[in-house]
Amino acid sequence: MTRTHEPPQPAAAEAVPGAPAAVATRGLTKRFATGQVAVDGLDLHVPRGAVFGFLGPNGSGKTTTIRMLLGLVRPTAGTVHLLGEPMPDAAARVLPRVGALVEGPAFHPYLSGRANLGRVDAADATTDPRTRARRVEEALERVGLRAAGDKRYRQYSLGMKQRLGLAAALLRPRDLLVLDEPTNGLDPQGTREVRHLVRELADGGATVLVSSHLLAEIEQVCTHVGIMGRGRLLLQGPRAELTARRGVHAVVRTTPAHVEAGLAELRRLGLPDARADARAPGPADEPTLVAGLPDDAPPPQEVAAALVRAGVDLVAFDVRRPSLEEVFVELTGEGFDVAR
Amino acid sequence: MSPADVAAPARAAEDARYAPRRGALGRLLRSELRLVLGRRRNVVLLVGLALVPVLLGLVLFLTRDTALAGQGPPFVTSVTSNGLFLVVASLFLCLPFLLPLTIGIASGDAVAGEAAAGTLRYLLVVPVGRTRLLLVKACAALAFAAAAVLAIAVVGLVAGAVLFGLGDLTLLSGDTIPLSAGVLRVAGVVAYVGLSMTGLVAVGLFFSTLTEVPVGAMAATVVVAVVSSVLGQLPQLEVIHPYLLTTHWFDFAEMLRIRPDGGVLAEGLAVQAAWVAVFGSLAWARFTTADVSS
Repeated sequence: MTRTHEPPQPAAAEAVPGAPAAVATRGLTKRFATGQVAVDGLDLHVPRGAVFGFLGPNGSGKTTTIRMLLGLVRPTAGTVHLLGEPMPDAAARVLPRVGALVEGPAFHPYLSGRANLGRVDAADATTDPRTRARRVEEALERVGLRAAGDKRYRQYSLGMKQRLGLAAALLRPRDLLVLDEPTNGLDPQGTREVRHLVRELADGGATVLVSSHLLAEIEQVCTHVGIMGRGRLLLQGPRAELTARRGVHAVVRTTPAHVEAGLAELRRLGLPDARADARAPGPADEPTLVAGLPDDAPPPQEVAAALVRAGVDLVAFDVRRPSLEEVFVELTGEGFDVAR
Repeated sequence: MSPADVAAPARAAEDARYAPRRGALGRLLRSELRLVLGRRRNVVLLVGLALVPVLLGLVLFLTRDTALAGQGPPFVTSVTSNGLFLVVASLFLCLPFLLPLTIGIASGDAVAGEAAAGTLRYLLVVPVGRTRLLLVKACAALAFAAAAVLAIAVVGLVAGAVLFGLGDLTLLSGDTIPLSAGVLRVAGVVAYVGLSMTGLVAVGLFFSTLTEVPVGAMAATVVVAVVSSVLGQLPQLEVIHPYLLTTHWFDFAEMLRIRPDGGVLAEGLAVQAAWVAVFGSLAWARFTTADVSS
């Protein structure tokens, strides 16, 4: 099993150089009274300015982790620092700088969306009541709920509820946004809008930690990724690095007569797992060969040249970097959407 | 961790932006009161309580010249002669069950209702400190209890005045005091009954911190009141009677003696204060340490 590691921190990822990490945990552990270990020794590191995709299947411990970050759940062991301050001791100082969406939106069903936001803002000891009405309108506007602001929350669709949850997190400028499954219940258009919003917040200098059990939905906006599985952090670091260095495959399309020769040549090049991929898309008379490219393998251009030199028909040659989902499957040996 | 080399002025500005503002507790409390007193279910409960003196007054008014007149429990028999007694009679009838039920619903819902709706976690990450939130919840639950008692009292006073007129008050001893003094005495009854509900509010608040199921906390609170009054009827348990939640509830009658015994009233209030102290502390201990996983 892969060990958690301190990720290298490229200069580009540090939007605020020298500032402490937006989120830093050490040995964070939660064991419930039932004995179940929901979170096990997490060393999470979210650099300032990052869009951190916090990924993992349902039940992998993401939400419990987020609850501990925000001081809702007391860790059994370990520490949490948000924006450089210890949680939960510094909650009163730190949390006004943090906007959060935790395990779905929750509001009073018999109040309107607008009244619900007013209620949330009235609870914040650090906001100016004189600007409340304006900020509520801006937040509603930002998530496209202005027209439905006077409807009762209970009449909202799931997507509208999710938007209202985002609006509550955006009632004031934030340095850190913790968004737990923000795309739940949204249609593809709504999901695109959330991605756009996340990018916009990051462009404005905020750090965004966004969790999801649907990798593909947020993969594209993340600068950094942490992958949870069964309560442990399997992997974290800049996204490009994670997908670059593991699971790179050479994909070779050839002719039926040259399958055996092609596989032999690939194996000779030091790619022992070379195999024919029967499920690959493409015409039947152009079979596909796949071979993993480990770090010590020859570079792809040499593989291609060697195949040609060996007289193997080369219809197409491609280097495929895996999606995050494939990295995850490789790490855990199980599908991403399988709840345990 | 690298040292934060943020410039000092920038940090000062940042600190000011995220510093608590004056009047924050008041704003949260107002928001909470609007929520509790504006909620339709709670308004229905208050209206229900307010209907008690109206219905009681109408029954007594319509039967006043029949053979049925002058029958019934204490205080009720005095209503037709003086509308002021409608307040006392209504409180007397509501005390055993209707008032505890209403107050159990509101106080049991205080924290558990927010937990069930999920809004509790959002209040806590706003952030609202847990002690402060519990304090605000307690104030709102007490305000609702006060509203419940006042709903009976005010409507009782108006209905009594309209149906039977107000006059000099005949006390339990048979002495008569002028109307103005009588109104004060009845106000004292209302205040005592209101303060007698504080222990139950604390019990409800505590149960409310134990569960995410509001109905459970409400029911448990009402059960405490009912069990307490049942135990209060068993002579074998006389030794614990003075400390029961409900034992002193009916001591409001002391207000209607020619010389109210301050000691009796003080004892009743002291028992309530003890219940508030114990269950308030338990609620605080529980709520400030509990994991919020709803």
